[in-house]
Amino acid sequence: MTQVLHRPPVRTGPVRLAAERVRLAYDDRVVVDDLDLELTEGSFTAIVGPNGCGKSTLLRALGRLMRPQAGRVLLDGRAIARTPTREVARVLGLLPQTPTAPEGLTVADLVARGRHPHQSWLRQWSRDDEAVVAEALAWTDLSDLADRPVDELSGGQRQRAWISMALAQGTDLLLLDEPTTYLDLSHQIDVLDLVFRLHADRGRTVVVVLHDLNLAARYAQRLVAMKDGALVASGTPAEVLTERLLADVFDLEARVIPDPVAGTPMVVPVRRLR
Amino acid sequence: MSATTATAQAVRLGPVSGRLRWRSVLVPLTTGVVLVLVSALSLGRGDFPIGVGDVLRTLVGLGDPSQAFVLLELRAPRIVVGALVGTALGLAGALFQTFARNPLASPDVLGITQGASVGAVAAIVLAGGGGPAGALLGGLGVPVAALAGALLAGSLLLALTWRSGIDGYRLVLVGIALWSAAAALTDWLLTRADITDAAAAYVWITGSLNARTWDHALPLLGTLAVVLPLALATSRVLGVLQFGDDTARGLGVRLPLAQTVVVLLAVVAVAVAVAASGPVTFVALVVPQIAVRLTGGSRPPLLASALLGAVLVVGADLAARTALPQALPVGILTAVLGAPYLLWLLVRGRRRTT
Repeated sequence: MTQVLHRPPVRTGPVRLAAERVRLAYDDRVVVDDLDLELTEGSFTAIVGPNGCGKSTLLRALGRLMRPQAGRVLLDGRAIARTPTREVARVLGLLPQTPTAPEGLTVADLVARGRHPHQSWLRQWSRDDEAVVAEALAWTDLSDLADRPVDELSGGQRQRAWISMALAQGTDLLLLDEPTTYLDLSHQIDVLDLVFRLHADRGRTVVVVLHDLNLAARYAQRLVAMKDGALVASGTPAEVLTERLLADVFDLEARVIPDPVAGTPMVVPVRRLR
Repeated sequence: MSATTATAQAVRLGPVSGRLRWRSVLVPLTTGVVLVLVSALSLGRGDFPIGVGDVLRTLVGLGDPSQAFVLLELRAPRIVVGALVGTALGLAGALFQTFARNPLASPDVLGITQGASVGAVAAIVLAGGGGPAGALLGGLGVPVAALAGALLAGSLLLALTWRSGIDGYRLVLVGIALWSAAAALTDWLLTRADITDAAAAYVWITGSLNARTWDHALPLLGTLAVVLPLALATSRVLGVLQFGDDTARGLGVRLPLAQTVVVLLAVVAVAVAVAASGPVTFVALVVPQIAVRLTGGSRPPLLASALLGAVLVVGADLAARTALPQALPVGILTAVLGAPYLLWLLVRGRRRTT
């Protein structure tokens, strides 16, 4: 049995995004049930858990891509399902897992699409849009690649381009679903550094689904661990990443030692249990 | 070597702002000029040849009356219908291909033109055979029956694809299923028909501009006057829809609404076009792909596709009437002209990137 280790979250500001007793299901298959979660202003949260635990599904519900069967998601205290899509898109940006860009689309065009929720039929490219996009490109170090087609970029550059688009969208909140998938370690670090700077320098509230526990512990202020569609533990990385939790949630016997670089907990696997 | 992409130019006028690429302005402009020239050339050719200069003079109201009658009453409807059919098919193809993120998604493949064929062939074959169904279809006439068939196929496509939204991949699969069902129905009707009805039906299935009058052109013109501006207005949303559902929704697109509007516009455009000329195949498939290669960018441009469609159909009709020893239906020529051009663009494209 998993032991529930609810700890009070790091409170840095008002709650921006919250799930209230949500039940998420694909047709009859319930993936997440009766889950509560609060995300505060300016926080950096990583959702971790074994494959199929419902963490991506939870992220989809938080991003209004999926409607809960029961319970609700609140964005700034307002039911997100009843908020117009466009209004949501001005406050909350999301980066799906392995997003696809159409062939031939340039980096500059991709990033420019981030301005969509701020534009109208008449006002399709204001000076504001232009400045924000240029800044987003520069900030993600992509100015030199602006005219290159996205499909010609390397995996790491491509992910930067998508993050740049999310930056151009100018939302306070940003949800990312496994942004480091298929990247080698140095590009994983590159992408997470970028996301961390969005949080630290730009004050963005960030929620990210991550597989790599050590990276999650290093970058996130707060970890949320899930198993079988339930929230099992929530708190600082040191509070969540215990040998006990790794055994309960991941069926993994492991040592947890301090990361020699960051001092955050580091998981050293021993063997799989069961 | 990567292809150089022209950077977009910001255009601002008061509260109105947008971005333009010189190629996305130049291509429709050039295509428009070519369309006028090909149309003028086509107007002049026939049993009573008239030079391009006289044709243009007549069009602006300065020609002599006998030429005016031949041009405006006898030949112009054919060319106008051809141009409008091409416009509608090019536009619908661009809408479907962008929406489904699949260059194979064209009304020919999705069963909509086959639906029109079922309607038209039923009207031709059953009207001769008598009975209540025959009387009803005969009373409707071939164009209306074709329109009904296309709209029915389009509605089925939308209804069967719908699962709290429209998935582009599912759209293509459902469309192919509808296409084969409609094709089987057409074949069945043809085997039941007597030989003269079958011949008439066969000519209709090939797509032809023979003996078109202003009565064919006006409904088409009226529909396109509504559909074309609406389609161009969806362009901004289409640019986001091509990213996939999650990203589009994340960028604030009301997905089910946007998808329904795009598919409906495309279905209506195809239905009126096919009702007027029969299924002129290949235009909707090939024209958007040619247009996107001419303008550059990541998706078929709507206006350029519409105009190129018009040029292809009018040009194919001109070639069918003049260059060949025996006048062929236009539908045969659109494939013969369009396919090699697309192949050439594809081959050239690959050479450039490797």
